[in-house]
Amino acid sequence: MDFWTITQELLQGFGITCLLFAMTLILAIPLGLLFAFCSMSKFSVIKVPTKIFIWIIRGIPLMLFIFVIYYLPSLLADGNAALNIFNTIDLKMTMAAGSRELLWQGRFLAVLIAFVINYACYFSEIFRGGIESVSQGQYEAGYVLGMTKSQVFFKVVLKQVIKRIVPALSNEIITLVKDTALANAIAIPEIIKCAKDMASSQALIWPLFYTAVFYLLFVGIVTVLLSRVEKKLSYFKA
Amino acid sequence: MALLEVTDITKSFGKTEVLKGISFSLEKGNVLSIIGSSGSGKTTLLRCLNFLEEADGGIIRVDNKVLFDSNTQHALTDAEIRQNRLHFGLVFQNFNLFPQYSVLENVCLAPKLHAKERPDYKTNAKEICDEIEAKARKLIDDVGLSAKCDAYPCELSGGQQQRVAIARALAMDPEILFFDEPTSALDPELTGEILRVIKELATREMTMVIVTHEMQFAAEVSDQVIFMDDGVIAEQGTPDEVFVHPKNERTKAFLSRYNNQ
Ligand SMILES: Nc1ncnc2c1ncn2[C@@H]1O[C@H](COP(=O)(O)OP(=O)(O)OP(=O)(O)O)[C@@H](O)[C@H]1O
Ligand SMILES: [Mg+2]
Repeated sequence: MDFWTITQELLQGFGITCLLFAMTLILAIPLGLLFAFCSMSKFSVIKVPTKIFIWIIRGIPLMLFIFVIYYLPSLLADGNAALNIFNTIDLKMTMAAGSRELLWQGRFLAVLIAFVINYACYFSEIFRGGIESVSQGQYEAGYVLGMTKSQVFFKVVLKQVIKRIVPALSNEIITLVKDTALANAIAIPEIIKCAKDMASSQALIWPLFYTAVFYLLFVGIVTVLLSRVEKKLSYFKA
Repeated sequence: MALLEVTDITKSFGKTEVLKGISFSLEKGNVLSIIGSSGSGKTTLLRCLNFLEEADGGIIRVDNKVLFDSNTQHALTDAEIRQNRLHFGLVFQNFNLFPQYSVLENVCLAPKLHAKERPDYKTNAKEICDEIEAKARKLIDDVGLSAKCDAYPCELSGGQQQRVAIARALAMDPEILFFDEPTSALDPELTGEILRVIKELATREMTMVIVTHEMQFAAEVSDQVIFMDDGVIAEQGTPDEVFVHPKNERTKAFLSRYNNQ
């Protein structure tokens, strides 16, 4: 296999890596915001369970949580992990599409659920810290000017929160880029899985190291974009 | 008929009784100064009047309209509280300007958001916004900062920030403007510019309630002075009555502490 064939094959895996990254980011941010508000709720029936849930998710390895999401529903349904519901989805989709190419979609769903919940918990702690760091005086200044609660949040507080959380969020987003590799725990053909398959089928080890280039480029782009955001918000002090 | 009538306001935080029955009234166009030692409840009183805290008891009336009455059963809704706040403006000790907005935007933000509720907003949005901006520029000019319209709060001195905060409060056309120690966070050489702005407002018949430690200023600008001590009004009257001929021993002690400084 020559360099370009290998590059192309890795690119296919990298597409799945990027898909997992993007979908996790898009879904975990709003869910994280919801968790953040729940963990700041004045009702302890909402606050306490949310905090315990966040503590559990942040306390267990993401790889373990992927297994939990993958196996638990089937175990609960009929006590038989062998008839995995995500695999059933895989088969159905494969048959519908008539192509073995898509044999990973059900499991991708399991991984996506695990990633979204896991990252929503991490994001929620960052959001909560950011929201709580805006002084009460900012809210009160808005209120005495006759603004509604949502106007105060969206027009006064939000931008200050964003400015404060961008550095912490950047770290988490960069970690997410690399965490996508955990999807190969349940055989999602992301880039590292592709390289590993090549290692076993072609007896080639260098494609595995070559994947680093893809990650580095991706992290590089993400870093540049995030530092642009940071720079854009540097015109004010908060 | 008094513009503001406050009757028997009480407020406790847990077991500490901070306001123990505060009553006063204020005529339209008059200036009331509130003095008193630290912890006597001045800030708490302003916060109750601006609905940042809910008083435990008492009545607040503006223009004979009851805004708050602890005897009526129902708790105020968010919308009612908002409506009530529109009668008042509040200038904070530490300015609380919105850091992400320029001076002009700080002054325009609340009026523009409020204008969105006008029935004619959809058809006249552009004109309404232009009008608000023109008025904001006028207010900023009045406090002497027309050159700083596009500056951000972090680029301004404390005194300039506080003047913007005053313009911002005035932009909502409050009937009564409250100040909570507007000069306490400022370097001594910057207090003068704020006091001048407040005096200027007084000559324009703005109704104001000013919590302050600037006795000289309070004596000059006020029609009425209240001395608060430990959650009650220990003495009230004209500046002459309170500052020159105080009757209450605690007022005398408080003032002599100031004069000896
Ligand atoms: N949110 C709160 N919770 C508990 N106690 C409070 C709260 N706010 C104020 N207090 C207490 O109420 C009392 C009066 O406080 P307040 O801030 O009204 O005094 P002040 O007259 O404004 O004093 P200063 O001149 O220092 O500003 C103080 O003893 C204070 O500790
Ligand atoms: Mg105070």
